[in-house]
Amino acid sequence: MKKLGPYLILLLLLAACFSLATILQPRASGWSKRAQSDNVLKILFGDGRRLFANHFFVQADVSFHSGYYPSIFDQARAPKDTRHLTAKEGEPAAEEHERQMNFLGPPRDWIERFGRHFIITDHTHLAGNNEREILPWLKLSAELDPQKIETYTVAAYWLRDLGKVKEAEAFLREGLLNNPDSPEILFELGRLYYENYHDPARARNVWDLGLRRWSEQEAAGKNPDLFPLEQIAVNLSRLEEQEGNFARAIQLLEIAKRASPNPEALQKQIDELKQKLDTRALPASPGSR
Amino acid sequence: MNTVLALTGVVIKEMYRRKDFYVLFVLTAVITLLMGSVSFFHDTRIVRYVKEIALLLIWVSALVIAVGTTARQIPAERENRTIFPLLAKPVTRAQVILGKFAGCWLACGLALIVFYLFFGVVSGSREHSWPLLNYFQAFWLQWVMLGIVVAFVLLGSVFFSAPSSNATISFVVVLGILLLGRYLNQVALQQPEPLRSIVYGLYFLIPHLEWYDVRDLIVYDQGLVGWLDCGLATLYAAVYAALLLFGAWLVFRRKALNL
Repeated sequence: MKKLGPYLILLLLLAACFSLATILQPRASGWSKRAQSDNVLKILFGDGRRLFANHFFVQADVSFHSGYYPSIFDQARAPKDTRHLTAKEGEPAAEEHERQMNFLGPPRDWIERFGRHFIITDHTHLAGNNEREILPWLKLSAELDPQKIETYTVAAYWLRDLGKVKEAEAFLREGLLNNPDSPEILFELGRLYYENYHDPARARNVWDLGLRRWSEQEAAGKNPDLFPLEQIAVNLSRLEEQEGNFARAIQLLEIAKRASPNPEALQKQIDELKQKLDTRALPASPGSR
Repeated sequence: MNTVLALTGVVIKEMYRRKDFYVLFVLTAVITLLMGSVSFFHDTRIVRYVKEIALLLIWVSALVIAVGTTARQIPAERENRTIFPLLAKPVTRAQVILGKFAGCWLACGLALIVFYLFFGVVSGSREHSWPLLNYFQAFWLQWVMLGIVVAFVLLGSVFFSAPSSNATISFVVVLGILLLGRYLNQVALQQPEPLRSIVYGLYFLIPHLEWYDVRDLIVYDQGLVGWLDCGLATLYAAVYAALLLFGAWLVFRRKALNL
């Protein structure tokens, strides 16, 4: 028998590999329990990716402050929540944040004094549409940890601010898919429908669902954050007031009062609404007699 | 002087004949371009994350080139026994140290020029602005910092016979200073005596390499560093490099060269 050349053997092996691949590939996808929609990061890092997600979220905050950010040694003064990321100048959250970010203090020695010429020492926030620069870090954070809710809410806030309403909605929908019980995401989605699409009916539905989800979590003893409850209740109350449903608005403000750090202001609004309700009821009285 | 220049030339030729630089440059370029091609929320004007990643890769690559190139200089000469014919010529050990330092430092400078040209093109093509003076300052300060690193590794290479151990220790020290150097005084103040004095003493003793890392100023479009401050930082680096080179020469002049 004539001896086979090495190139022929190689060709035969290649053909065998190709044939096997065509047979095995459809079956192999069934062997793995991994969903087809898994992204590269999930496949590469597994659950370990969540460790990096927080790093990228903090990186977004660093970018928002143009590099002026407390180090691990100033962590006692580091921002504890994310409200400053969506707070405008003059708001209480912004003022509190301003105090937190005064972490540098006077230099302790000549090395520190001289070193400050090479670092950013002013506390500023991105402005003039430069806020878009934080978005890649938030997207990466969401890819790594889809359960990190604030990533979706902060990104959606700035996307709306930048006029990218469709992208904001898509990102919130992605967040909702990963966190179907999140009142925070539902609140932000409702805001988008109300403020950007001017669709109060859909906003009401989404906010109502947010309230239900919050109540379910409370009933399940999960001790949910009070902030989204207040936000949803106050905004839904305003919507109801504009629609003329004063009784429902009052009811919602009563709920918000439970969660608010400033219940007196809400009580004042409740009183005003009660007055409006009374004045509306009065003209109807003579006719009914 | 000619002897030092000749030695310098040999080191530079070695760098462009080896593949380290090309591999690192291609890796930097590929990762940067890949990240730059990703579209986040259909916004093409987002640029800072690309600058941040590119500069990080440039810093890592430059450190790898500096440490890797310098760590093998003297051990390789000893291992190949080329140090003997080299010193048999009218070349003093001080000239060997100086030539190796200048060669490695200039090689790093050449590599940095290529890296920063690439960075400038990528950044400029997306941002449509060319803050050349800022880029020059960042390049200069990084190169000056690499001078201290090269001198430090050269000192290590007369202590350690294996380039791998020298490179590892150098990386640990350099990264330690870059990450923690700025905060050592804060750490010291939280310690009881006598640890406080020891840590504070260490803080004053180490070369503050972190000063030369002005990546944030470039990424976040901040203004220029004062030229006087740049000059003083250069002087500071020159003093440290000279000290380390002097130390390397002190050890090397009495060192037995046979393995």
